[in-house]
Amino acid sequence: MSHVAGGWLVPGMPHPLMCPERNAGWNKIRQAFDQARKEIEQSDADLLVIYSTFWPSIIGHQIQALAEPKWTHVDEEWHELGSIDYEFKIDAHFAESIRAACQKRGLHARTVAYQGFPIDTGSIVALKLLNPDNKIPAVILSSNVYSDRAETIVFGKACHDAVKEEGRKAVGIAVSALSNRLFTEIVADDQDHIHSLKDDEWNQKYLEFLNLGRLEDVSQLSRQFHREARVHKVSNFKPFWWLSAFMGQHNRYQGKTLAYEPIYGTGAAVVGLWPAESAARDLEYDENDPEQYEGDRNVLSSSQQNSDFGGPDVADGYPNGKDGI
Amino acid sequence: MSSGSIVTGVLAPHPPHLIYAENPEQNEPQAECGWEGLRWGYERLRRNLSKKDFDVLVVYSPHWATMVGTHFLGVPHFKSVSVDPIFPNLFRFHYELDVDVELSQAIHDEAASQGMVTKMMTNPDFRVDYGTIISCHLSHPAWDKPIVAISSNRAARMFNNDYMQVNAIKLGQATRKAIEKSGKRAILLASNSLSHRHFVTEPPLPEDMSKEHISHHGQYLWDMRMLELMRAGRSKEMLDILPDFTEQTVAETDSGALSWLMSAMDYPDYAAEVHAYGTVIGTGNAVVEWDAQSQGVTP
Ligand SMILES: [Fe+2]
Repeated sequence: MSHVAGGWLVPGMPHPLMCPERNAGWNKIRQAFDQARKEIEQSDADLLVIYSTFWPSIIGHQIQALAEPKWTHVDEEWHELGSIDYEFKIDAHFAESIRAACQKRGLHARTVAYQGFPIDTGSIVALKLLNPDNKIPAVILSSNVYSDRAETIVFGKACHDAVKEEGRKAVGIAVSALSNRLFTEIVADDQDHIHSLKDDEWNQKYLEFLNLGRLEDVSQLSRQFHREARVHKVSNFKPFWWLSAFMGQHNRYQGKTLAYEPIYGTGAAVVGLWPAESAARDLEYDENDPEQYEGDRNVLSSSQQNSDFGGPDVADGYPNGKDGI
Repeated sequence: MSSGSIVTGVLAPHPPHLIYAENPEQNEPQAECGWEGLRWGYERLRRNLSKKDFDVLVVYSPHWATMVGTHFLGVPHFKSVSVDPIFPNLFRFHYELDVDVELSQAIHDEAASQGMVTKMMTNPDFRVDYGTIISCHLSHPAWDKPIVAISSNRAARMFNNDYMQVNAIKLGQATRKAIEKSGKRAILLASNSLSHRHFVTEPPLPEDMSKEHISHHGQYLWDMRMLELMRAGRSKEMLDILPDFTEQTVAETDSGALSWLMSAMDYPDYAAEVHAYGTVIGTGNAVVEWDAQSQGVTP
């Protein structure tokens, strides 16, 4: 039996939580959140595992582990929308299980359990709307700014290991925009639209795949999606690497887009994925499937001499993630 | 009213490690030691600032990142605890501070009149970002002067670092004009590191200095190039290469803080004093002061 009951993509912008009435599209996203909440409740899941692209980390992967975080949150960008009181139920024991599973797979990970820790807006929006009464305990995972595909996939697998080992029935939730190009000027509520036609087309293409349950295909297309439809705020588009690895890296899913709308120019979608009997067709995969994280290869200042070309000029290069401590 | 002025301008980086190692009573975690080079540099800065008469600290922080324009604190008083989202093990700081809302609004208005997108932040529950708090605390730990905190507009992420610089320069001009009109004496803080490639793991004892060094020699060379230009009073030239420096070293100057400072100070042509340079978890950090008053640039 699969230990992952289902997966979701949800947007992390605060508008559907704070002011859905101000724009018909935001309201549709809000209704989709409400529908997702019902579906998650009906699934008998006993754990929500949230991977938030709104929570960047540097020191490996951080896992929220404070059992009852409580705060009044104000978003740094959208402070005028108001304050968000929250009180969540975090599965601290499971957070530790993920940390241990990460360690087994060579990842650097740590739990964070501090009252007042600034839980990110995306995770807050997801938990407030998908789990308003804290019926299901949750864990929240950071998105490491330096990690790329291999590391993110191993991270997803480690989270899956923990679910399996603990015999839990989990729902994976990726909090992320599709296209993330935001308006940089003040735009009237009723003028909201996807920032560019190209972003919209890529979003639609992605959603087409997701509606067919082709989760692993979508994961494999992450790099291209990053190039085409993402402002390069971080090294890559990672949420589907994590989600697909967490959910078993295949296409045997039933997908459904409950809503796709613009939020301040970005592509916001609520998409559910549930296990299916048969798979949609696969792409041919040419990327490797790492089981263990062994760090990046330091091709700039490797101790192995490059006999054909002499040594690389390290002064012009970047270091990579496996340096030093 | 007599004309206001920028008394001195400081590149005042905000690694939480420096607060952690200093053990102020406001911070929960306790350290044995660490990063003394930088901390003693901040001490020298504080000695200089203690001789100056000033009314307000104006700080521009990368960790209040906004995409829709530049935002300004518009609430007179804040009290809360700031927990660093990246290094919560090192920084959980109880702060209480006053904001010079009048000057904040004046800079906001001046920038808006130049066509910039601006917003006042008036939500009293807002948590002041840790970059602002750390730079202010390390520069002036008494917390007896009001601050103006300015967000870092990140719209340049959609374009490039030249775009960032153009906007930061515009904001610097607006800041200078508003300060002059206000009649106040201000200290400006650009809260950013230089090269900004971190290590992705932390030693079991964070203050274990045997593990601290620059993440890469290329980053170091770039940092030194920037500091040489600052020390030689060649700030315009430094700004000319700043977009390249930013890209090559993933520098925290991408926030626009340093470009804003140089523009607000009208591109100092006198030598900056580098109080310290050191690395923090692989990143390059310098405490640098442009003392306009001692140069006779401002009264
Ligand atoms: Fe920083």
